[in-house]
Amino acid sequence: MNFLIGAFKPACNISITFSDGKSRKQVPMKKENGKTIMVSLFQSKESIAGKVSIEPLQGKKIEHLGVKVELLGQIEMYFDRGNFYDFTSLVRELDVPGDIYERKTYPFEFSTVEMPYETYNGANLRLRYVLKVTVSRNYGGSIVEYQDFIVRNYSPPPSINNSIKMEVGIEDCLHIEFEYNKSKYHLKDVIIGKIYFLLVRIKIKNMDLEIRRRESTGSGANTHVETETLAKFELMDGAPVRGESIPIRLFLSPYELTPTYRNINNKFSVKYYLNLVLVDEEDRRYFKQQEIAIYRQQDS
Amino acid sequence: MLNGTEDEEKWLAEGIAGIQHNAFYMHRALDSNNLREALKYSAQMLSELRTSKLSPHKYYELYMRAFDELKRLELFFKDDSKHGVSVVDLYELVQHAGNILPRLYLLCTVGSIYIKSKEAPAKEVLKDLVEMCRGVQHPIRGLFLRSYLAQISRDKLPDIGSEYEGDADTVMDAVDFVLQNFTEMNKLWVRMQHQGPGGVREKREKERSELQDLVGKNLHVLSQIEGVDLEMYKETVLPRVLEQVVNCKDDLAQYYLMDCIIQVFPDEYHLQTLETLLGACPQLQPTVDVKTVLSRLMDRLSNYAASSADVLPEFLQVEAFSKLSNAIGKVIEAQLDMPAVGAITLYVSLLTFTLRVHPDRLDHVDQVLGACVKKLSNIPKLEDSRAMKQVVALLSAPLEKYNDIVTALTLSNYPRVMDHLDIGTNKLMAMVIIQSIMKNNSCISTADKVEVLFKLIKGLIKDIDGADVDELEEEDFKEEQNSVARLIHMLYNDEPEEMLKIICIVRKHTMVGGPKRLPFTVSSLVFSALRLLRQLQGQEGDIVGEEASMTPNKIFQLLTQIIESLSAVPSPELALRLYLQCAEAANGCDIEHVAYEFFTQAFLLYEEEIADSKAQVTAIHLIIGTLQRMNVFGVENRDTLTHKATGYSARLLKKADQCRAVYACSHLFWVDDQDGIKDGERVLLCLKRALRIANAAQQMANVARGSGGPVSLFVEILNKYIYFFEKGNKQITSSAIQGLIELINTEMQSDSTNPDSVADAFLASTLRYIQFQKQKGGVMGEKFESIKL
Repeated sequence: MNFLIGAFKPACNISITFSDGKSRKQVPMKKENGKTIMVSLFQSKESIAGKVSIEPLQGKKIEHLGVKVELLGQIEMYFDRGNFYDFTSLVRELDVPGDIYERKTYPFEFSTVEMPYETYNGANLRLRYVLKVTVSRNYGGSIVEYQDFIVRNYSPPPSINNSIKMEVGIEDCLHIEFEYNKSKYHLKDVIIGKIYFLLVRIKIKNMDLEIRRRESTGSGANTHVETETLAKFELMDGAPVRGESIPIRLFLSPYELTPTYRNINNKFSVKYYLNLVLVDEEDRRYFKQQEIAIYRQQDS
Repeated sequence: MLNGTEDEEKWLAEGIAGIQHNAFYMHRALDSNNLREALKYSAQMLSELRTSKLSPHKYYELYMRAFDELKRLELFFKDDSKHGVSVVDLYELVQHAGNILPRLYLLCTVGSIYIKSKEAPAKEVLKDLVEMCRGVQHPIRGLFLRSYLAQISRDKLPDIGSEYEGDADTVMDAVDFVLQNFTEMNKLWVRMQHQGPGGVREKREKERSELQDLVGKNLHVLSQIEGVDLEMYKETVLPRVLEQVVNCKDDLAQYYLMDCIIQVFPDEYHLQTLETLLGACPQLQPTVDVKTVLSRLMDRLSNYAASSADVLPEFLQVEAFSKLSNAIGKVIEAQLDMPAVGAITLYVSLLTFTLRVHPDRLDHVDQVLGACVKKLSNIPKLEDSRAMKQVVALLSAPLEKYNDIVTALTLSNYPRVMDHLDIGTNKLMAMVIIQSIMKNNSCISTADKVEVLFKLIKGLIKDIDGADVDELEEEDFKEEQNSVARLIHMLYNDEPEEMLKIICIVRKHTMVGGPKRLPFTVSSLVFSALRLLRQLQGQEGDIVGEEASMTPNKIFQLLTQIIESLSAVPSPELALRLYLQCAEAANGCDIEHVAYEFFTQAFLLYEEEIADSKAQVTAIHLIIGTLQRMNVFGVENRDTLTHKATGYSARLLKKADQCRAVYACSHLFWVDDQDGIKDGERVLLCLKRALRIANAAQQMANVARGSGGPVSLFVEILNKYIYFFEKGNKQITSSAIQGLIELINTEMQSDSTNPDSVADAFLASTLRYIQFQKQKGGVMGEKFESIKL
């Protein structure tokens, strides 16, 4: 029995460590099985260096046709399961074909890697970065080990950041003017604004501000759009009268937002919208949606 | 099925249960210092306040439960060693709550700690809180939320002397904050009227009035802010509060808030800002009970004025009266459909105010009355009995204040107000005036005042057109006229000339009173004139010849005219008496022809007007009595008059009356004075004649009824005999008396005579008197000695 079990066990343990793993920032990442693990955080143009160590099982040797480490940036569409698209693929050969008898460690380095896209876990797709170590073998299949890492890219504050101001209404029924202080927010930002009621002829029950994420994948006829409401924030309780102005102050930090992604590698986009919703006493909804851009600001 | 109240009870119970449930978990979180859970459960707990199903009253119960829990939460928040989060972060953290109502309650709670921590200026935090609370537009929920804000911020305002006082002008921030909260609360409160299900206006108003104190509390807070001095009150607080009050266009709110302003701010502020405050009044909704508002203001100010004499100059300085007066005028002008009673009530208040504040300013009183007249003249006829009552109050106020009608008489508008009363009330008021005069024993001493007074009470003096005279109770009428008669006696001036004027005026007024009134008033008038006459006599030495109009003759002419007016009534008996009085007065003045003239008038009346036999008896006795006292007449005149008197006496209808009148006439010839006429012979003649008549009467009685007549007549004549005998009339002899006694005894013993105990007793005491005189001895005793009993 021991022998049999041993036969299905991988022939070796492969571990991948980053050279600055102890000092590097770790962030949580949700795995497919639902568990959250902590992984290292990188940004574009950083060098990714580390060690791969291969340790054969006790008393076994590994015959291999070569060892390599790849840095992959992949986009995975869920509706097109299994079809990864690698937008980045870098390879380092670590060893020429031969045998490994004992623990062997290979240093590697990808210097100044272009990683233009951020790690993203969406409704219909994910974008991941991974280090893939392959010990190629003739028989018994190659031994592969992955190490995920996360990429986040920071943007400087936009040089132009106009407020959003708009007057909307239904004739002779409801006229409002709303204003959000900016059109571009960073992830920990606060949305400040005001809603002016210019004309109110309906009995409003309440008013909410929603943050909606619109994720579109594919292109042309194959476009899939998934919209998700991430935040539902009550702005007003009760019916205002003409001339009333209602303040908006919405902190973005409690919500799991990402920056806005536009046409990532021609595969997908993620956009954010503020949706102002008024509900009347008959539960009719009146709403106006405005896109906002979200960016990641370097923590100070 | 549950009815409305039971439903509400159920919902309330559910709400309370929800609060208790979440509070339980919140406490657990607090005990274990778990901020996250504490926030979660407190927000859930506060979500119970999101209900729309409860009336304000029940909602308040729910609110109080949550309020108590929030106090515990606040303690936890305050202690950052427990949760490890700075107050600034906490301030952000609570804003993550998705529902607005819990979010804002938590924000206010943390905000109060934020201010206490002084990590941010109080004004910034307050400004933020009051601004954020705009998110709750539901009237009841908003009112309670803002009331919570007011509650937690009360002790944290950046007031002068407060630990939260920041740099310059922070009081202004405190004021701004409270004003803004007040404004928003009032808007919500007013909005309650228009939102929610239609109908049941009354119920909604009741619910609203349950909430009024939440709104008014803000004004109270404002008044407590140390930094609100007069200047700031004048420049900022009051204008802004009033702006809100006027603009909200809601009668309930306007009434309550105006009253609130008046009650919470100090009197001297009101005094200094009267113009502003009053300026708002005409701008209020027509349905607002402005009169009560103004009345209360005036009440407060009058009390303030009464509190200390030191403040009075302030009143003068700000011209409180004219401002109030103007304001009232404007209010009345603006509110066209204000019922008369409202307007008059306002005037009553103003009048009370001025009476208390400026008791010396009669012109003010008159001005108020004048304004009232103006208002009343626009009303065709005052029919509202409440309005009438107010007019009476208006007119009574000065009387009560000054306790003196004389003061009221100087008010030119006083009678004009009275003109607007209905007849009944007018009379009532006139009676009040008269009673006031009587009570205070005030003397009206100038002709002008008398003139005014009679204009005031003209309702009593003459018939007013359209009055239904029959309706009047006889007794009431008598009382009224008696009062007028009494009043006439209160008119007096030491200066005869002025007094004459007064009499002329009274005469002018009373002469138009008609036959029913004259009998009451004429005698008062006559006696008043007679008093003047005596007055004149007292000063005769000084004024004789000085003034032609003031001769007694003139007054007698006047008297004649006055008495003649009675002929219209007619009331001959009264006229006769008055003539006799005048004759006596003329006698006093030693004017023979006038006295003679009065007697002539008296006799004429007797002859022509007095037909009733009983009246004749009375009249003739009066004439005899008066004539007896006259000493002014010469022989000729006297003879004529006495002859007339005796003649009429003998022609009376009943023998007994004849007899008595005739023996009374005997006195006309024997005046027991130094210079009095003493014609013993004619006295005897009279007495004999009386005896003859008595005899005749006796015989007539025998014939007619078969029984004896009036023995008492003989006894009476006997007494006359004794009188003259005593007085030394030589014609009356003891033998004559003796004979008379015997005659009486015979008469008494005759069978036909009915026993008459009164006559017996009379006789017995007469005899006893003679006995007494006999025994007394002396001159008189000797005289009587000859009479044998």
